[in-house]
Amino acid sequence: MSDPASSTHTPGRIEAALRAKRATGQKCLVPYITGGLGDDWLASLSAVIDGGADACEIGIPFSDPVMDGPVIQQANDIALGAGVTPQTIASDLRGFESPIPLATMTYYNIAYRMGHERFANMLNDAGISGSILPDIQMDESTDWIETANANGIENVLFAAPTSPDDRLARTGQMARGFVYAVGLLGITGERDALAASAIEIARRAKEHTDLPVLVGVGIGSPEQAVEACSVADGVIIGSTVVRRLVEGNHSVAERADSVRELISEYRTALDDAFPAA
Amino acid sequence: MTMTDPGPSGRFGEFGGRFVPETLVPACLELEHAFAEAWADPAFRGELDRLQREYTGRPNPLTDCPRFSEEFGFTLVMKREDLNHTGSHKINNVLGQALLAKRMGKTRLVAETGAGQHGVATATAAALMGMECMVYMGEVDMDRQELNVFRMKLLGAEVVPALSGSRTLKDAVNEAMRDWVATVEDSHYCLGSVMGPHPYPFMVREFHRVIGTEAREQCLERHGRNPDVVTACVGGGSNAAGIFSGFVDTDAELVGIEPAGGAAVGDGIPGVVHGMLSYLKQDEFGQVLEAESISAGLDYPGVGPEHSHLASIGRARYEQVTDAEVIEAFQVLPRTEGIIPALECAHALAWMIRAKDELAGKLVLMNLSGRGDKDVTQMMGILEL
Repeated sequence: MSDPASSTHTPGRIEAALRAKRATGQKCLVPYITGGLGDDWLASLSAVIDGGADACEIGIPFSDPVMDGPVIQQANDIALGAGVTPQTIASDLRGFESPIPLATMTYYNIAYRMGHERFANMLNDAGISGSILPDIQMDESTDWIETANANGIENVLFAAPTSPDDRLARTGQMARGFVYAVGLLGITGERDALAASAIEIARRAKEHTDLPVLVGVGIGSPEQAVEACSVADGVIIGSTVVRRLVEGNHSVAERADSVRELISEYRTALDDAFPAA
Repeated sequence: MTMTDPGPSGRFGEFGGRFVPETLVPACLELEHAFAEAWADPAFRGELDRLQREYTGRPNPLTDCPRFSEEFGFTLVMKREDLNHTGSHKINNVLGQALLAKRMGKTRLVAETGAGQHGVATATAAALMGMECMVYMGEVDMDRQELNVFRMKLLGAEVVPALSGSRTLKDAVNEAMRDWVATVEDSHYCLGSVMGPHPYPFMVREFHRVIGTEAREQCLERHGRNPDVVTACVGGGSNAAGIFSGFVDTDAELVGIEPAGGAAVGDGIPGVVHGMLSYLKQDEFGQVLEAESISAGLDYPGVGPEHSHLASIGRARYEQVTDAEVIEAFQVLPRTEGIIPALECAHALAWMIRAKDELAGKLVLMNLSGRGDKDVTQMMGILEL
């Protein structure tokens, strides 16, 4: 086991918020929404905040989202079709005073094409303090991590059910913000039951890091979130949120209400199961 | 040294690498080690050689093309990968990967396919070795390559349409990767070209090296020298990599031919998709552009990283031909040599016809990587004979 203290760094905004939550005995809730999904997408972000999220992932849509299932693929396509770019998302966020920290979740070519330095600047400018790039593993991330660290962007890394212990240890040391424990072998999307691998990978990841460990991919209900949090410090929910944004023909207000309600359900379930000490 | 082992970083110059989700890293490492071990194992090489001889029908011939040569003023010889079992070069790679997958204890092969040639080859190898097989194919390609869809099903494979994006090869790769992420413990991703994360570009090129090795010996025997020019079509670039590898250390000029609607080397800039850093057709924001080619097998916005490297160091050059030129060229070889080429190969033919003045008097080796039977239905809708 690595010595968690060996990854000494000053916690960024995301890590600080999640650690503070953990310190109370409560669990962290981090929803994902696709940036630019509808002209009113900031209303979705506000709904996520009002529902009680601790941080929020903002997806920058990409043409080839290989880690995403049908719901988020559809959201990507809708946003791209409407002309959404990394710059329009950043520009929409400028002036949005988010009370919770934000991380972008996108694919590496977006950052590579823009250039690491410009990408980091754009995130900072938009008030986004973290990055999550699921299609590149840590060995190909070192250049970006260096730039991210230098610019105060917390780059989240992944712990997968297939990761051996030595990689989990390096993940724990190189990650910032939190460690994203991949709940199952597969792509994003809700499943009927929580995979046994979710709890197992959360447990293994926590052996190797003192950073908050959040389980994502495959969480489909508040009950599953509670189950995952028997070990994990929190959960990430994506498809279940985005489904409410892409399905049906609802008004802006109705969609926002629906998202707020969903986040509150998760919040309540987690807080009931893990109340503040 | 070019076209050798790229080492653990999987880099060809600046290109290549292993840009995959963390979930897939252990599988890529396992594959890298298993391939290195198998490739050094005489028993594995012997078994692959035996299959190539007794099943694929290797060595396939080198064919002189006297009437074509006379018409265009240079000497064309063709390496006949179209005569392999299943009708293209794809079987070379697939038999290697299927043997390797079996050796690794995998029970299921996952593949993407464009024109269906790689899908058919994978389904064939799966049947031969008693493995399950799942092939992802763009919905558009399933329509234009109906025959190959039927062949795959007949061979016992499940063919799943890729319904996202351009519904062609790029999207089939996305779906195959999504499958692999979920099934990595018992499945091997049998990637069909010299692309993807390390070790695929290296390993697939090695499995196709036999094309260049045979062609070099045959050319020496027949013509007493190496060719002046070696040419092949390039989508992902596996058949070109195979034949180039036999001549990269000679004075032969290496020319890869891309479709004008999917010219990653010609029109792309470096980018990262499908596990590799390589030339990629993309917009100013990094969104991958959809390729548009008459040939389903070349309808891909990226290219194998080793081709990006060969282009950047000037060892190979990459030219483009239009669909219209390809349709013309497709008809020339049947008329002059009695050989119907795959639409993919018609790209190399189209370039040679256009470049005949530059090629005048030269000995030109082309890789005829596949036969055109699969394209007949599509061409019946285009040509009036």
